[in-house]
Amino acid sequence: MAALPKAVSRGGPGALSVGVRRGSRETLVLLAFVLIPFALEMFWTFWPALNSVYISLTQWDGIAPPVFVGLDNYARMWSDETFRTALRNTVIWLVLFGGLSVLGGLGLALLLDKPRKGIGIYRAIFFLPVVFSMVVTALVWRMIFQPDGVVNSILAAVGLEDQARIWLGEPETALYALIVPALWRQVGYIMVLFLAGLKTVDPLLHEAAKMDGASAFERFRHVTLPQLRPITTVVLAVTVIDALRSFDIVWALTKGGPYHSSELLSTYQFSTGLLGSQLGYGSALAVVIFLLTVGTIVVYLVRSLREEEAA
Amino acid sequence: MTARKSRVRPWFFHGGMSVLAFLWLVPLALVVVTSLRTFDDLADAGLASVPKGLTIDPYRQALDSGEWQSIVNSLIITVPVVVVTLVLASMAAYGLARHRIPFRKTMLLLMLAGNLLPAQLLLIPVLKLTEQFGIFDSRIGMIVVLTAVGLGFYVFVLHGFMRGIPDEITHAAKIDGATTFGVYLRIVLPLTKPAMAALGSLAFTWTFNDLLWAITLLRDEQKLPVTPAILGMQGEFVSSWNVIAAATVIAAIPTVIVFLRFQRYFISGLLIGSAK
Repeated sequence: MAALPKAVSRGGPGALSVGVRRGSRETLVLLAFVLIPFALEMFWTFWPALNSVYISLTQWDGIAPPVFVGLDNYARMWSDETFRTALRNTVIWLVLFGGLSVLGGLGLALLLDKPRKGIGIYRAIFFLPVVFSMVVTALVWRMIFQPDGVVNSILAAVGLEDQARIWLGEPETALYALIVPALWRQVGYIMVLFLAGLKTVDPLLHEAAKMDGASAFERFRHVTLPQLRPITTVVLAVTVIDALRSFDIVWALTKGGPYHSSELLSTYQFSTGLLGSQLGYGSALAVVIFLLTVGTIVVYLVRSLREEEAA
Repeated sequence: MTARKSRVRPWFFHGGMSVLAFLWLVPLALVVVTSLRTFDDLADAGLASVPKGLTIDPYRQALDSGEWQSIVNSLIITVPVVVVTLVLASMAAYGLARHRIPFRKTMLLLMLAGNLLPAQLLLIPVLKLTEQFGIFDSRIGMIVVLTAVGLGFYVFVLHGFMRGIPDEITHAAKIDGATTFGVYLRIVLPLTKPAMAALGSLAFTWTFNDLLWAITLLRDEQKLPVTPAILGMQGEFVSSWNVIAAATVIAAIPTVIVFLRFQRYFISGLLIGSAK
């Protein structure tokens, strides 16, 4: 019974004094809660990132002290044939891998949106590769692309032997052969994101548009797409980030070869900066990857803001 | 009219979808079947052939050649990363979401931004830092780095989740004399369980599947996690496709188990994950 007056007094001025007395220790606990994780992450992300920017202005083999060379590393990129190939491949990768995974994911999501019998199984199947690592994905597809693998066997079976190739071993096909497994793994992920977005689309608007005689495509274009805008922004940001940091699949299957034909900026950065002991040039490449990511996302955001204003 | 439509279309729909789903599964079926064939069978008939007989021998070969150790390495790295990540991230999220700490918004955004920096920008300096701390080429170094560089994302998601907890609940506990730590441990954490399960299963898959940090920070083959290790096995077992396939299946099993066990949370995790 004593609990009642005690509880009441806690609500009164008594609570304040307890709070103050306890206050300093509580504040310390709270500071530790926030500052330990914060400091840990900042130390292992922003601090190295700033260091990278500085290292990119030096020539450094990792052993002797770094020599400051200004923007020389960036100037060197202009005349570096491999850099140009890697940059071009990265843009191709961004457009093809990014574009096709968004289109494929959206398509699957639209097909699998309405409740139907068996729809859960289809969703699960398309989603399954998402849980595999890119390395597992790579080894799976290596068997398909092998000279005596599935693709060539199918080609032979339908009488197209002359089209058979060493898909991962020829400069003309290597990059595109890499995009296929990457898509196989990414499409299910994008599908799940769009499925969540489609849940927010108001079915009444669809009914109304149907009544007004809008075709399925018109309804998609003018009812579904505008309402998907928030999730589309998210998907595009995720896709750009994922596309520009793609590394595993290429490293696992071709290491950027043959003759740099499937080189991405990320693999070139690893080969020069970490394996080739050109830490300065490698860091400059890393800075370029960073700027490319930020730039692409900013351009998209500015464009979609403008469209919104215009609408 | 709708009745007539729906009688024709499901047929069409299921026809198309099952073909597509089948194509999606072909690569997986191929690996599983290949992993159960003998070397001679594959050498005679090639990868794209009907197997003559099945054996589990390739699995034994894969495990004997060091894959067992690399699976253990993966777990030695992954489990602490998941646990420490969830503890630290929930602490920071609790502080930032439930208290008026100066610069809390700035700190949250900085942590998220830190997580979004491309790994390439961090590799070289982080490698040098681990050398300075004497944790280069060690599993401890992997644990520290993987935890630290990932934190921001988990803090961000948990922050959003914890802000949704009604003030009345924590206030009532404070009035009853609970400390900051007590409220965190006994009230906020239990309420955050679904989000923690989602993030935990994501963290497990991401850490387990990592390649880039492992090949940057580890040299000793005895310490390699399974993801980079199976890449190395390709060199050891050139053209022994059955062993490589078995190794691949083994490497995929832990993440598939986590996915199946936490399926519901996993997908919701990816959804909140996309909010970054």
